[in-house]
Amino acid sequence: MGRFVVRRLLWLIPVILVVSGITFILMHSAPGGPWDRDLSARQVDPNTQRLLNEYYGLDKPLWRQFVAYIIGDYNKDGSFKCGLVCGNLGPSYRQRGLTIQQILFMPPEGKNFFYSRFGYSIRLGVYAMLFAVILGVPAGIISALKQNTWADYISLFIVTIGISVPNFVIAIFLIIIFASWLHVVSIVPRSWDQVDVWILPAIILGFGTMARTARLTRASMLEVMRMDYVRTARAKGMAERLVIFRHMLKNSLIPVVTMLGPSLAALVTGSFIIETMFGFPGMGRAYVTAIGQRDYSMIMGTTLIYAVLVALANLSVDLTYVLLDPRIRLD
Amino acid sequence: MTTAHDSATETKNRIAALEVATPQRDLLMDGLYRLLRNRASVVGLIIIAIFVLGALFANFLAPFSPIQINSGKGFLPPAFVEVGPNGYKSDPAFLFGTDTLGRDVLSRTLYGARVSMVVGFVPTFIILIVGTVIGLISGYRGGWVDNLLMRVTDVVYAFPDLLFFIIMMITLRDTFIGQMLNGLFLLFSSLAIVSWVGVARVVRGQVLSLKEKEFIEAARCIGARDSRIMFRHILPNSLGPIIIISAMTVPGMIITEAILGYLGLGLRPSTNPKDFFITSWGSLLLEGQTAINAQPWLLLLPAICVSLIVLAFTFVGDGLRDALDPRLQGTQ
Repeated sequence: MGRFVVRRLLWLIPVILVVSGITFILMHSAPGGPWDRDLSARQVDPNTQRLLNEYYGLDKPLWRQFVAYIIGDYNKDGSFKCGLVCGNLGPSYRQRGLTIQQILFMPPEGKNFFYSRFGYSIRLGVYAMLFAVILGVPAGIISALKQNTWADYISLFIVTIGISVPNFVIAIFLIIIFASWLHVVSIVPRSWDQVDVWILPAIILGFGTMARTARLTRASMLEVMRMDYVRTARAKGMAERLVIFRHMLKNSLIPVVTMLGPSLAALVTGSFIIETMFGFPGMGRAYVTAIGQRDYSMIMGTTLIYAVLVALANLSVDLTYVLLDPRIRLD
Repeated sequence: MTTAHDSATETKNRIAALEVATPQRDLLMDGLYRLLRNRASVVGLIIIAIFVLGALFANFLAPFSPIQINSGKGFLPPAFVEVGPNGYKSDPAFLFGTDTLGRDVLSRTLYGARVSMVVGFVPTFIILIVGTVIGLISGYRGGWVDNLLMRVTDVVYAFPDLLFFIIMMITLRDTFIGQMLNGLFLLFSSLAIVSWVGVARVVRGQVLSLKEKEFIEAARCIGARDSRIMFRHILPNSLGPIIIISAMTVPGMIITEAILGYLGLGLRPSTNPKDFFITSWGSLLLEGQTAINAQPWLLLLPAICVSLIVLAFTFVGDGLRDALDPRLQGTQ
C-alpha cells in the first residue's frame, strides 16, 4: 500500500511536466503578451517593455524560460533563483510584486486562510458538496425504497436534469427565477461575508454532483436491497429502520463515499464559470482573468494546481476503496 | 407433483412458441427494436429530429433574417406576454420577442441550432474513427502503442479539459486556423484532441476482453490476418459500447460549445446573411446575460433549447445503453 502510494505520487512528476509543457507552448503561442493593455488604455512604452522582459527573463529563448520555470535560473547578480522544483510558482506579471502562491494562497491582512482566493474556491466547493450530499443521499435512498412511485419519478426527473443540463444554464434559470422574479436571494453582494449570497452559487455548483450522488445512491441501494443478508436481517425480525440504516445504507454508501474526493476536486476546479458569473473572488475567476491578460506564470501555476488536485482526487478513490473494502488489493 | 411437472412443460412450450414467433434479428436491429420500445428514448429521438430539421431548414423556417435589425422594434417581449418588465408591448410578429437591436430571437435561436448540431455530431464522428482505430490497435497489439496510449490518457485526464479548450481558443483564435469556418474548425479540433481518449479506452477494454475468446482463437487458427481479425471479428463485437459512448459524447460537445460561446470564445458571430453559421446558442446566452433582469426572454429561449437537446441526447444515450448492453441497465 505504501509502495503503491509512493509510485502514484512519483507518477505525478511526469504528468506535471507534460501538463506544464503543453500549457507553456499554448500560452506562448497566443498573440500578445503580459504587458499589453486594452486598446482604450495607454500602452506600456516599448523601452519599458524591453526592460520588463529583461527583468523577468522573458527575452530569453523559450526553452530556457521553460527550464527556468521548472528548475530555476541564475539572476543577474549570480544568485540562483529556484523554480517549480522548490514550490515556487513564479512572479505575477500583472499584479506586480506578488508571486503566484501569494495571490492564490495569501489571505488579506488579518483574515485566515479561507479568505484567500484558493480558500474562497475551497469554501464554495465544500458548501456545494454539502448541499449535494445532504440532498442527494436521502433523495437516492427514498427513491430506491419507494421504487416506481411518484417520489421516485420526481427524484429521477430532477436527477436527469441535474446530470445533463450544464450548470451555467441551470444558473441562468435559477437567477431569473429567484433573483429577478422572486427577489429571494441577492446576486450582487456587497461583501462575501453575507450568508445569503453564497446560497445560489453553492446550489448551482453542487446541482450536478447532487444529481450524480442521488443516482449512485439509488442504484447501489437497489443492488444491496436484493442481497441475502438484508433478507436474513428481515427474517430474524429486525425493525425495518434498523435494516435500512444498519444493513443496507452502510453497504450501499461505499461507492458514494469513494466518489466524494473526486467530486470535491471537480467542484473546486470546475467552478470557474460560476465564479465568473457571480464575480466570485476565487481561484477560477483569477484563472480566467489571467488567461485574458497573458499572465504567463499565473496561467501555469493555476493549471498545475488544478492538475495536482485532480490527480490526488483520483488517488484518493483507490485508497478509500482499500480502506472501505479490505478484499480489494492494490498491486 | 404432476401439476408442477405439467406447468414446467407448459412453460417450456410457451418459451418455444415465443422463440419461433420472434424473427431472428442481428444485434443492431435488436437494439433498435428495444430502443424504440423505450418511451423516453423515442421522445428524445423526436426532439433531436425536430432540432435537426429546424437547423437544416432555418433559412425557410425563420420568420426574419437572424441579423436583420428592425429599428424601433427592439426590447420587445415575447408575443404571449402582453407587457414585458421593461414596459414595452409585445408584437405578434416576433413570437419570442426581440433583442436590444430589434433582431428576432426565434430566428436567431433557429440559426443557433445549426452550430450546436454540427458541434454535436462532427467532432463525435472524428473521435469515433480515431478512437476506435487507436483503441483497436493498442488493445490488440499491446506493447509500446498500448503503453503510449495509457500514458497519454493519464495526461489528458490530469488536464482540466474545459481549461484546455479555453486556452486553445484564446491562443489560436486570431491565427489562420482559428478563422477557418468562423472558428468552428478550431472548436472541432480542440474537442477532438481531448475526447478521442475516452473512446480509445473503451475500445481497448473491449478488445482486451474479446481477444482471449475462443472465436478469435479459431479465427487465428484458420490463418486469418491480424487486420481481418481486428475489423471483421473484434470490431463488430465491440460496436455496442462504441455506439453508447458516442451517444453520450454528443451532449458533452454541445455543452462545451455553449460554455465557450458564453465565455465569448466560441463561434465568431457572422454578419454575412449568406453564411451558414451565423450565431450560436452560447453567443446568444452571452448577449442576453447583460439584460437578465430587463429582458429575460433573450436568455430563456436559448437556455431552454440547450437543456432540451442535451436532455434528448441523454435519454437516447440511456436508451441505447439499456438496449445494447442490458447488463448495465439502471446501474449508472
